[in-house]
Amino acid sequence: MLAKRIIPCLDVRDGRVVKGINFEGLRDAGSILEQARFYNNELADELVFLDISASLESRKTTLEEVLKVSGEVFIPLTVGGGINSVERAKEVFLHGADKVSVNTAAVNNPELISRIAEKYGSQAVVVAVDIKKIGDRYIVHTHSGKQPTEYEALEWALKVQELGAGEILLTSMDRDGTKEGYDNESLALISTSVHIPVIASGGAGSLEHLYDGFTKGRADAALAASIFHFRQHSIREAKQYLHDRGITVRL
Amino acid sequence: MVFIADYGAGNLRSVKKAFDYLGIKASVSSNPADMAGCQKVVLPGVGAFGQAIDSLDASGFSDAIREHVDRGGHLLGICLGMQLMLTSSEEMGSHRGMDLVPGKVLRFRSETDKIPQIGWNSITMKKDSVLFRSLPDNSFFYFVHSYYCEPESTGDVAAETWFAGKNFCSAIEKNGIFAVQFHPEKSSDAGLQVLRNFAAC
Repeated sequence: MLAKRIIPCLDVRDGRVVKGINFEGLRDAGSILEQARFYNNELADELVFLDISASLESRKTTLEEVLKVSGEVFIPLTVGGGINSVERAKEVFLHGADKVSVNTAAVNNPELISRIAEKYGSQAVVVAVDIKKIGDRYIVHTHSGKQPTEYEALEWALKVQELGAGEILLTSMDRDGTKEGYDNESLALISTSVHIPVIASGGAGSLEHLYDGFTKGRADAALAASIFHFRQHSIREAKQYLHDRGITVRL
Repeated sequence: MVFIADYGAGNLRSVKKAFDYLGIKASVSSNPADMAGCQKVVLPGVGAFGQAIDSLDASGFSDAIREHVDRGGHLLGICLGMQLMLTSSEEMGSHRGMDLVPGKVLRFRSETDKIPQIGWNSITMKKDSVLFRSLPDNSFFYFVHSYYCEPESTGDVAAETWFAGKNFCSAIEKNGIFAVQFHPEKSSDAGLQVLRNFAAC
């Protein structure tokens, strides 16, 4: 049976892993290669590197690190952050990534999704959707959650699917870094409305939260950072927990 | 030496990197003539069936691969590379394949499962296979695909995997012809073992 995936997300800058709380207040969590090796041994199903660097130069440093990872860690690698053109995506693929994650640039220029998908295949395009609840509506945000867009979450999810996105990485900005659990309401809404996999993100603070994301949130994969980075739980432990509760995982 | 056929379909670097990591000599080339003298040929591939078979034919790889197999050389198809070995595919109309393994390539149809299948799924071994030597039954591998192979002879099926309400053929072994629907180069230790087994057989 197809397994539910556990994906550690490494927020990176200058070739180092960092992770913020509500996208602010960064803490150092080790080198990219070191962390990638560690998570591969821990049975991580994939790795996501979100580059939060401000400069091109530090992005380059990150890509050089990703290239090293791709030579010794043989699981799917996704790189996101600042991918605003096919050329940028190409550079990322040349450095060993299997998928790119696009976010702000896709909202500004939705055609970018199709153009990358046509060239590299839909399986290589993850669209990161950051949402915030405003009133009773989930509104898509860009620029690390600072800027609201005109799109409602479901409307945008259906649109990116049609444009050729292979997966949706859905982040609840309200939950990110809070360790209160995924926003399972928006997750289930999106996941049951699209036919591409949805990766839950933002808020996982306990193993039960992962379980809830798969059951209540109907997610196909769960992205988590803080609960793994600081060794609060190991991925093996998380998978065993899920397995014991009837969720199919790779063990 | 493992020869990786570059016929313009997708990212071959990760396959090469996996062999490099294992310390197995491998070369990537778009020239079928370079295959001469290589006992092991890998046919990778992501993308569309129709385009891929056209470029295999145009580049001369189709003929070279047939000759390679006739000479008793070993062949490993990965993902689309597996599907190209069958007789025909229903992807985007109807296409003929290389017909090394009699059978059809069909699209998954499901009301419940999301298609394409993306992620890790387990295999059930159907015979004593070379590719899965020293791997436990039900090992997990990484899949990305909307189409699957249905060989005519169940004897060609090396492993099956459950998805979209059916057990589909996830690996083939037939007289030196090997094929896997998953990506061994993205399937961590289990995948590396499959590549090692292919290179060593």
